Amino acid sequence: MARAGEGVAAPKRADRHTISTALPARAEPQRNYAASGTFARAWYKLQRDPITIVASIGLVAIIAVTLLAPYIAENILHTNPDQMMRAADGRFAILRPPSSEFLLGTDDLGRDALTRLLYAGRVSLAIGFMVAFISIVLGTTAGMLAGYFGKWIDDVVNAIIQFVFNVPFLFVLIFLSVILRPDVISLALIIGLFGWPGTARQIRGVVMSVRHLDYVLAAQVLGATNQRIMTRHLLPNVANIVLVVAGFDVAGAILGESALSFLGFGVQVPQASWGNMLSGAQDMFRRAPWLVYPPGVMIFITVLCVVLIADGLRDAFDPRVR
Amino acid sequence: MRNFLIRRLIQSAILLLVLMSFTFALTRLTPGGPEAALAEAPNVQPAELERIRERFGLNDPLPVAYVKWVTNALRLDFGRSYHYLRPPFDVISERIWPTIQLALVAYAIALVGILLGVVAAYNRGKMPDLLIRVFTVVADATPNWWVGLVIIVFLASTVGWFPQGQGRGGAWEWFQHIIVPAAILGLGGVIVYTRFVRSQVLEVLSQDHVRTARAKGLQETFVARWHVLRNALIPVVTLFGSFLPFLISGAAITESIFNWPGMGRLFLEAATTRDYPLLLAILTLGTVATMAGTLLADILYGTADPRIRYS
Repeated sequence: MARAGEGVAAPKRADRHTISTALPARAEPQRNYAASGTFARAWYKLQRDPITIVASIGLVAIIAVTLLAPYIAENILHTNPDQMMRAADGRFAILRPPSSEFLLGTDDLGRDALTRLLYAGRVSLAIGFMVAFISIVLGTTAGMLAGYFGKWIDDVVNAIIQFVFNVPFLFVLIFLSVILRPDVISLALIIGLFGWPGTARQIRGVVMSVRHLDYVLAAQVLGATNQRIMTRHLLPNVANIVLVVAGFDVAGAILGESALSFLGFGVQVPQASWGNMLSGAQDMFRRAPWLVYPPGVMIFITVLCVVLIADGLRDAFDPRVR
Repeated sequence: MRNFLIRRLIQSAILLLVLMSFTFALTRLTPGGPEAALAEAPNVQPAELERIRERFGLNDPLPVAYVKWVTNALRLDFGRSYHYLRPPFDVISERIWPTIQLALVAYAIALVGILLGVVAAYNRGKMPDLLIRVFTVVADATPNWWVGLVIIVFLASTVGWFPQGQGRGGAWEWFQHIIVPAAILGLGGVIVYTRFVRSQVLEVLSQDHVRTARAKGLQETFVARWHVLRNALIPVVTLFGSFLPFLISGAAITESIFNWPGMGRLFLEAATTRDYPLLLAILTLGTVATMAGTLLADILYGTADPRIRYS
């Protein structure tokens, strides 16, 4: 039977192999799966994880929509995030409830809520990813050095970790925000500076656990420099954990920024962020309850997608989870 | 244990000193300063401004001001609040009790997580576990203060009433006012407890002594109570410590949404008015409370679990 169908199936199968070596041929699902590396195996598992796929699509959609905000505002909505809009009757559209004209209504300054929501997403997402980037770069470096060298470097890194974990985080952020009056980038820097010790702690733990394994010893015997061992041998082995931690960092940063902006110590108006839109909404929730929902829902969906992706990655990298 | 305590206390003291020096330096080195707000007022004379600077010790050179501030702070004297014109701790003592109430009720609510965690672990992979897992993931992704906002909007539009401030009446009114903010504040704790307890119980369930207990024919409820939960819940006490900074920070947002007259809102007010003495006093107090919480957790851990020995 196999022979009879071969003529038709052959090109298809060849096609498959060129796309991905991790995809097993149907006849022997075990072989490719076991032979592939950590990342190929994780990729294989992720492709079969519907929740992670849906979450990824969701996140990509949100990122795309916010990136295209200027285009959408100009060509589809015909609005501007800072402009007082006029309704069809020619009057200023102040605190209009959602309608076909203004899909999510307008705020107290007559600005279109949907336009601001899109523009706010750019800020919130940018801060989320920047913070994650900063804390990953600093945290991985510090965690790696501390875990690899131990001794006083470990003590110093540990002291900083202890410091950050023993300080009321939000209070310090607010304090710094009052003193430094940050813009978007420095805000991301500040939050990132407080985020990296958490990352460092996890990376340090992993590095310490693999540091005395044979392959590190082998590299040392072969005369590899410390730098080479760390970048070529250890980094690839902690990269999966870094990726997972990065996901949770993004989620934490988006939530943190929204809280800070909500309190008025994050992104400053007139620049919109999901957090400060909510603080505007809180002031007039009796007259304009519709302003309370969209920013919160956006934060929720975005963070949910990020958390689910990070969760999926963690399971995909975990050899015990099949 | 004694050495451990001494070492931790010294560490904490250094940490506190570093933080205090750092924050103090920041308040002094930034341009503008606390009197900037006054300088913008049209009818404030330069001479008057100078008198204010002198009175609050803002004309001292930095090293002098620093030594003064540290020695005074060690005696719990943080100068005078720019806004209230009173010692910061006077102002704080009026506002700390509502925050403690809120934190205690929130903590009690967070303990619900223990129950959820046990239920999830005993039903691993089944419906209750799945539901609880969905709940934790969803709750994790929600900004809980936003839920508070939505609840306010909902209550205001349906019953025309929402919790605002502390309420002055009896116990029932007190409860009505505290339950929503405390639930919002405690939600994060519920998630942490649920996850932690679930994994703890699962770990203990897989241990040999549990199998032995079952093998010798003990009833499952007995095994659960004396063999599983007693062991699984030991590390739970440590969560108390890590929950404290969370409570302190979270209180600021919750209090500002619900107009709760506590310390968190006082901190926000101080931040908006750039009331540095008050700001630094609350920051210091919050740090001390957090460190005390962590230390207490470690001590509790050591006493609750005889396997833990501190060197």
